[in-house]
Amino acid sequence: MSALDELRQLRRGGVQVRKSDNRAAFWFLAPWFAGLLLVTIGPVIASFALGFTKYNLIQPPRFIGFDNFLRILSDSRLHNALRVTFTYVLVSVPLQLACALGVALLLNRGLRGLAFYRSAFYLPSLLGSSVAIAVLWTQVFGTDGLVNRVLGFFGVEGRGWISDPDTALSTLIVLNVWTFGSPMIIFLAGLRQIPEVYYEAAAIDGASRRSQFRRITLPLLSPILFFNLVLQIIHAFQSFTQAFVVSGGTGGPSDSTMFYTLYLYQQGFSRFDMGYASALAWFLLLIIAAFTAINFWAAKYWVFYDD
Amino acid sequence: MTTRRLATPVKHLGLVLIGFVMLYPVLWMIASSLRPGDEIFRSPGLIIDSLHAENYTEGWYALSPSFGTYLLNSAVLVLGCIVGNLVSCSMAAYAFARLNFSGKRWWFGIMLGTIMLPIHVIIVPQYVLFSNIGWVNTFLPLIVPKILATDAFFVFLMVQFIRGLPKELDEAARIDGCGHPRIFAQIILPLMKPALATTTIFTFIWTWNDFFTQLIYLTDPDMYTVPVALRSFVDSTVATSWGSQFAMSVVSIIPIFLAFLIGQRYLVKGIATTGGK
Repeated sequence: MSALDELRQLRRGGVQVRKSDNRAAFWFLAPWFAGLLLVTIGPVIASFALGFTKYNLIQPPRFIGFDNFLRILSDSRLHNALRVTFTYVLVSVPLQLACALGVALLLNRGLRGLAFYRSAFYLPSLLGSSVAIAVLWTQVFGTDGLVNRVLGFFGVEGRGWISDPDTALSTLIVLNVWTFGSPMIIFLAGLRQIPEVYYEAAAIDGASRRSQFRRITLPLLSPILFFNLVLQIIHAFQSFTQAFVVSGGTGGPSDSTMFYTLYLYQQGFSRFDMGYASALAWFLLLIIAAFTAINFWAAKYWVFYDD
Repeated sequence: MTTRRLATPVKHLGLVLIGFVMLYPVLWMIASSLRPGDEIFRSPGLIIDSLHAENYTEGWYALSPSFGTYLLNSAVLVLGCIVGNLVSCSMAAYAFARLNFSGKRWWFGIMLGTIMLPIHVIIVPQYVLFSNIGWVNTFLPLIVPKILATDAFFVFLMVQFIRGLPKELDEAARIDGCGHPRIFAQIILPLMKPALATTTIFTFIWTWNDFFTQLIYLTDPDMYTVPVALRSFVDSTVATSWGSQFAMSVVSIIPIFLAFLIGQRYLVKGIATTGGK
């Protein structure tokens, strides 16, 4: 059962509290409580307060009211960063999930060498977020890179994919699609849960492969698809390393790879404008929360739960 | 029937092709790192005429201190994070899975929520806190959060695992007079080795790859970890020395390969049950 299902079912059924457990629970959870206070929820609250200040780490924070939040509305570089990030998320996640589902369907139903294929397709997911792969991408999609060498072999004139503002973001989208292995494994686990008898019964009734897929596989797999969608969207919003390395930390060329996270990094840790960076962080949280909420709302219309 | 029999070889061919295209850039990077510098641009193939280690020696000593220091730094950091996660997450998981304390559902909900909380949202005030207590350029801001069970993903993974263990074991132990610390340490922990292995392997890979927080907290070259050093190396060299950049990139992903080979089983299980990256 996934974390999302747990959240969905959280409101059902209460727990019988055992008084004697309270003391023990306090000690077992002491590190976690401290982490919540100092490292996770505490900073979320603190960043809300910092959002109302001008603060550069050296001078004490100075209250400036809503200035940082108003700046969000008028900052045109930020608006560009939002456009870049939304494009990245909305294009790469559906492509990535389509590849994941496609390959998972090919691998399902007792194909020989399943374990081997699964590993080979999964490996890029482990490497995808590393600096090493970003370095490789810089070369592969560079003017003298591997892609242009191969294209040249077929007589096609290439271009500097990363140095051209029109294509730079696409190379990062390709990189994200490349890491379809981990949602693929989740799909495979989900496909295995679907009882074989459903397909047998449908085949006896004369259902074609296509309608079996539409009427059995898709509905029963929809909770998994939903889970992958929520997870990968949240994940894609947080992409940073690849854009940072490929653009040399600038988000260039012409801000075409300026992810939201990269802009936040520049404001906070290059310019040390901690107040504005905090406001940006909160805004990011709101955006991700809104996307997740829309996902959950839309799920009512297409996700099928048989419980 | 014939289409069916034909379908399988075609499927295999397709899968092999997809896999080859996907992994080709990585294989090519490895091959290229073993060629003399100027040949990298000329050959898009994988065949190497003769082995050249120059790129490796050149890259290894290109920055001061050498790459050995960065590997050691990363190793120390990874070890600290693994120990932190194993201890703190297993304790929290025991409480959520086996203890019926007040407000449990509420806290559990918060814990699940923090799985989805991006680091970028908390990094600014966290940095303010850690820089004020002088922790910048130490591993503490990277390890201490792990000791405080903030990788909620692993807490959840372990909760799932502990729920699957038979409750009769704890109850028998309790009747024999065992308290919770002993039930946890002597019964539950030894039984949850697979979940601990999954946690170890994921923590290893994620910490080894993590760039964002290490970039922010480690600015002194002596404290650089592998990803931070690699990036600074790439920034400092002219575009023509792909050879040594590739060589150090290969060095930086070898540990990931090894972890993948050793821990595959746990990785696949971990993802399939809880949905990691």
